[in-house]
Amino acid sequence: MASKSRSAQLDRKKLFSDPVTVGMIVILLIFLTLFICYPLFVLLIDSVYTEGSVTLDVFRRVLNMQRFRTAFGNTVVLGFLTSILSTLIGLLFAYVDVYVKVRSKVVGRLFQVVSLLPVVSPPFVLSLSTIMLFGRSGIITRSLLHIYDSNVYGLKGIVVVQTLTFFPVCYMMLKGLLKNIDPSLEEAARDIGASRMKVFSTVTLPLLLPGLGNAFLVTFIESVADFANPMLIGGDYDTLATTIYLQVTGSYDSTGAAAMSVVLLSLTLILFFVQKYYLEKKTAATLTGKASRARMLIEDKSVTIPLTIFCSLVAAFVILMYIMIPFGALFKLWGRDYSLSLKWFEYLFKYSGFKAFKDSFILSIIAAPITALLSMVISYLVVKKKFKSKGFIEFISMLAMAVPGTVLGIGYIRGYANGIFHTGILSGLYGTGLILIIVFIIRSLPVGTRSGISALRQIDKSIEESAYNLGAGSGKVFMTVTLPLIKDSFFSGLVTSFVRSITAISAIILLVTPQFLLITCQINEFAEKGYYGVACAYATILILIVYFSVLLMNLFIRFFGTSRKIKEEN
Amino acid sequence: MSESKGIRLEHISKIYQDPKTGKDFKAVDDTNLVIEPGSFVTLLGPSGCGKTTTLRMIAGFESPDEGEIYIGDEAVNELTPNKRDTAMVFQSYALFPHYNVFDNVAYGLKLRKMDAETIRKKVMKILDLVELGGMEARMTNQLSGGQQQRVALARALVVEPSVLLFDEPLSNLDAKLRVSMRTEIRNIQQRVGITAVYVTHDQSEAMALSDQIIIMNKGVVAQIGTPQEIYYHPKDAFVANFIGEANFLKGKLESKDGDKGVMRIYDQNVAVENVGELAKGDECMLVLRPESAVLDTAGQLPCQVTMSCFMGSYQHYHVKVGDFIVQIMDFNPKHKRIFCVGESAFIKFDACDSHILKA
Repeated sequence: MASKSRSAQLDRKKLFSDPVTVGMIVILLIFLTLFICYPLFVLLIDSVYTEGSVTLDVFRRVLNMQRFRTAFGNTVVLGFLTSILSTLIGLLFAYVDVYVKVRSKVVGRLFQVVSLLPVVSPPFVLSLSTIMLFGRSGIITRSLLHIYDSNVYGLKGIVVVQTLTFFPVCYMMLKGLLKNIDPSLEEAARDIGASRMKVFSTVTLPLLLPGLGNAFLVTFIESVADFANPMLIGGDYDTLATTIYLQVTGSYDSTGAAAMSVVLLSLTLILFFVQKYYLEKKTAATLTGKASRARMLIEDKSVTIPLTIFCSLVAAFVILMYIMIPFGALFKLWGRDYSLSLKWFEYLFKYSGFKAFKDSFILSIIAAPITALLSMVISYLVVKKKFKSKGFIEFISMLAMAVPGTVLGIGYIRGYANGIFHTGILSGLYGTGLILIIVFIIRSLPVGTRSGISALRQIDKSIEESAYNLGAGSGKVFMTVTLPLIKDSFFSGLVTSFVRSITAISAIILLVTPQFLLITCQINEFAEKGYYGVACAYATILILIVYFSVLLMNLFIRFFGTSRKIKEEN
Repeated sequence: MSESKGIRLEHISKIYQDPKTGKDFKAVDDTNLVIEPGSFVTLLGPSGCGKTTTLRMIAGFESPDEGEIYIGDEAVNELTPNKRDTAMVFQSYALFPHYNVFDNVAYGLKLRKMDAETIRKKVMKILDLVELGGMEARMTNQLSGGQQQRVALARALVVEPSVLLFDEPLSNLDAKLRVSMRTEIRNIQQRVGITAVYVTHDQSEAMALSDQIIIMNKGVVAQIGTPQEIYYHPKDAFVANFIGEANFLKGKLESKDGDKGVMRIYDQNVAVENVGELAKGDECMLVLRPESAVLDTAGQLPCQVTMSCFMGSYQHYHVKVGDFIVQIMDFNPKHKRIFCVGESAFIKFDACDSHILKA
């Protein structure tokens, strides 16, 4: 009796006759195991294994901590509020963008800027400007409204800031979905006699529901994992991420922090699994159709005007918050003296600011190409190759998305401070720039891989097969055919990982040693001390760096990108 | 030019898992084939019959679960596609969109580490052969579908493989271009003298191109033969039905005399030929091509006309013989008697145009 195993055997033989592929797979397996699986595994071990026996003592201790319980409740409440608000505002933006006829060009620009912001925005920025606008010495609260005891700190502050940070992501996700709804579905409903409201509630909304759930959960994960904003504007509203950080840096209790990390990780992983394996499939199932032709946009003024005005106000408000940052750096003393000066910039460069930019820049610029290449290789293997550990590689590199930075940071501390499993192996890694670079890579890998996978899926597999068929080995096919075809995706991966690295904070702040000064850590430090001028000066320069990187990326893709041409072809 | 090689498939099976039920099924089932060097062979069959899987196993993209594939005398099961001396022309052309025509064609030669001048000469020569001389600097998206397919052909030919593989290469072209391209492919193959294996579901393409047609059904080879053999002497109802149009009339063999005989269909004795191995008294089926019968006022089988339709070059009839509907194409009907719906008539055909199958 024939069985499937014979062809599997042959496939494996063929695979092993190709040293490049096998080498890449081995390297990836080692890398992912060492820097994603192992640190998370160590956390689990740490929290159940003390002094040679398996106990739940650490968990019991942590669960009995009032601070932990509050933080857990806080995190969940925050996640709910933020993701509901973000999804709703995102939906509204997407709806206006796809369905409503907007006459004004300015509004169109506003939408564009908003969709770009989540890519460009460093953490803290919105928190900083919220404090500067509405805080005790806020320009609106104090100078305009003469409220002297305004308190933006706490839940409401974080919710506002997180919502404004995350809703653009929802907007972009939902926009993609709405565009995929075939207009004739809605026209059919209209034609039978449904009102516009009825069409929305009986056709559009049900089709969109899995997508909304998706956006909700993605935001939930982001909100729960967010470290920077709760740190800055949370006041005494502690979340799990900040509590874990304080448990390590304040109480020096890293086993406790490990147990808390396991709880936080479980929370995000559950959300991740629901999102990835349940909702994402449903979304794909309901929205497979391609729009057959252009949609008739809504022109009814009673609909367009209020919607456009609302969205424009939100967009303008977000943009205003970004504009606050450079002014925060240029004003002499926020809340008191609004005359312009460069003294904060001078201060910054006098006190090791230059080193911070240099360190951040160098570490990020090393991490970026490695991340981009790795994620393209992973996508190539996942999409185009058959091998046993493929599922593992894809799963782990996507899983990294659901691991909060703080958790990863604790994992690295526990896992590498005394070498692997306290054996001293690789102990040289801890405290070096290399481990920071590795963290940068791991944190950006899922984003690059996702974009690489979707780019590769659009490429007809027979293009690579024909190269293979003409005599090229896997490495050659990848370099001469695959990579040139996903050049856009590669380059945007390069820039995205650079931007993500230079703006990263959550895992980094736990691992950075005094030897390195990083911009984000500096911003955090100065903002905590209340030196908003310096923090703003750092943030301004950071925003400029990021902005120019993205500009460079767009220029490059416009002039050298091939993928666009290919896409138009199809 | 490297010498063209034959291909041998010995007891090849390929098992896939049905993604829904999780059950294994055989996409290709114990297939034996011998393809002579230099011949043009078509794998023909409905979708899902295993023809593309067979081709991809020859190329090395899929691995068989049973049996051995030989190219020339070499067993190739363990070789990756890039180590096999085959070149494939894909359904979607699969041109490299980031290269121009020249670089597309030169790709395989560059891999073989030839010097630039040799490469240039070879590419130019092959581009002339496919009538694309002067187009070498164009990007592939500036070419029409037919031109793209010619680039794909040139790219495969230029590496001088022992075997050329075609995976439904013309199905993305419009009908007219398809006809002219298939003539061209046949001409080039004859001129170069290369072994070609061609997968298609289009029977007219298969007939126009091939020395041999291999008809596949549900993973099994149904019949191998020249186009004439397959058209006139199909082995079973599936082949008869798949190649061209066919009418099937059930009956019993009344008498037999060598290859001739008399068949009884609805109380009528009908003289037939091509009886084959059947014996007297066997239940059997008369296979009648629509174009080999006409309607007349006298003939072998009485019938009722249920559809009559003028198609220009022929009059198209559906007639009822007992419970059977029979299709007839009466060519050049200008001066013939045309029967209308509801009329009675007779089906008339030459006994030598009949083909008898076991029922």
